[in-house]
Amino acid sequence: MFNKAEELLRLCNEKNKRISEIVMEKEIRANKTSQEDLMDRMKNILQIMKESSKAALDKEIKSVSGLTGGDAKKLEEYRKSNETLSGDLIISAMAKALSTSEVNASMGKIVAAPTAGASGIIPSALLSAKEKLNLTDEQVIMGLFIAAGIGEIVAKNATVSGAEGGCQAECGTAAAMAAGAIVEMAGGSPEASFHAASFALVNILGLVCDPIGGLVEYPCALRNASGVVNALICADLALAGVKSLVPFDEVVDSMKRVGKMMPEALRETALGGLATTPTGEEIRRRLLN
Amino acid sequence: MADFGVFDIIGPVMIGPSSSHTAGAARIGKIARDILGTDFNRVIFYLHGSFAKTYKGHGTDKALVAGILGMGPSDENLRNSLELAKAQGIGYEFIETDLGYHHPNTVKIVFKSLDKKDAYIIGSSIGGGNVLITNINGNNVEFTGDYPTLLIKYYDQKGIISKITATLANNDINIATMKVSREDNIATMVVETDSAIENKVVEEIKGLEDIIYIKGINPIVR
Repeated sequence: MFNKAEELLRLCNEKNKRISEIVMEKEIRANKTSQEDLMDRMKNILQIMKESSKAALDKEIKSVSGLTGGDAKKLEEYRKSNETLSGDLIISAMAKALSTSEVNASMGKIVAAPTAGASGIIPSALLSAKEKLNLTDEQVIMGLFIAAGIGEIVAKNATVSGAEGGCQAECGTAAAMAAGAIVEMAGGSPEASFHAASFALVNILGLVCDPIGGLVEYPCALRNASGVVNALICADLALAGVKSLVPFDEVVDSMKRVGKMMPEALRETALGGLATTPTGEEIRRRLLN
Repeated sequence: MADFGVFDIIGPVMIGPSSSHTAGAARIGKIARDILGTDFNRVIFYLHGSFAKTYKGHGTDKALVAGILGMGPSDENLRNSLELAKAQGIGYEFIETDLGYHHPNTVKIVFKSLDKKDAYIIGSSIGGGNVLITNINGNNVEFTGDYPTLLIKYYDQKGIISKITATLANNDINIATMKVSREDNIATMVVETDSAIENKVVEEIKGLEDIIYIKGINPIVR
């Protein structure tokens, strides 16, 4: 059992196992299930993630409200036809994240990871790493178990809900989960996974949740795109040997405390931030009528 | 500290855009159908709080209608539910209202039919696809739809609770939670159990003296 990163890391070191293995062992014991069953269920989840991160790349998917959509396709076309500034990996990762977010806003099928609002980040990060590093589906599935372990620690010790902790709790946690997962997928140590997860959360500590019209669309999709980039660069930082000065458990605690200090207007209520700009207000009026 | 499993964090698989506005709404609709039955031709949804303000943009309307048609929260036909309802000859209406002191994402679902009295439930979507049913036809209740659930009404007499619980125990069913309330001399009991409740158990309890009404519902998938 583990509730904190410190405990999970200790288990990794004592048993000389990877994070994914410890997370699976815990799940098998807690739910009296088998490794085979867990792998099957996660395989099904990976399939849905693959579909959602691809669906909007070659066709324009509009949201139910009509407010957003089509941006994943724009990015994918830009990537294919232009010399881009940030390069193939980054542009493709942003396109995949936007794709899932657009599928979500159009009432398509997604996997909440850890929430629907942040559902674009983990599929895109893990599938981008898979392409870049030529990994197998099995390795991506193990990555999803690492991500789940990191997410469990945040959910237990802080929150993954935007209404409680703002966007840092949703997109921040998703990026931390993704960063830690791809470090292990790239061959990094358990410690390096948690350094990466710390960086990802640190980078957007304090980010507010201010959806225009109260809808899971804008700026949510954009923050999924920046969230996957956050995950990728934090994984690289950790793989390069950069260490987080503050341990992950303390970073999670600071995220929780920042969330508690955040006014309610900036926690998913659409009563502050972008939601209450003149443009945000105008869109809200239009959507409600 | 609440515990979380792997699939609470990487999951649920759902139809977007919001676990509380879509998945939770579909589950409340499905619970309404499971409790109130399929004998209806028109449904009125009274939307309270955030449900009233953002139901169109979030597709809460489509999710609710999908639920009363029997779809679960990961059914890809959910987005077509309004057309499907029309094709089945089921009318629907959404009314923004204030249901008093209720959770912000609350709906009262009223089933109408030609030959029966209106029937309704009130439920709230409390986050992450979790729901809480708080009222059925004027009876205050409290259950989540996560467990097999028995709803029982009976004339309040000594010993009835023990007869009901003995029937469950004899059928190897463990009770997870149980709540009893009373108005005049009629008691309402909600029992959530760990294992499925077969029809024969429901019939057995129905056969007990002083039972007015019993309904068993299955857990509503996420």
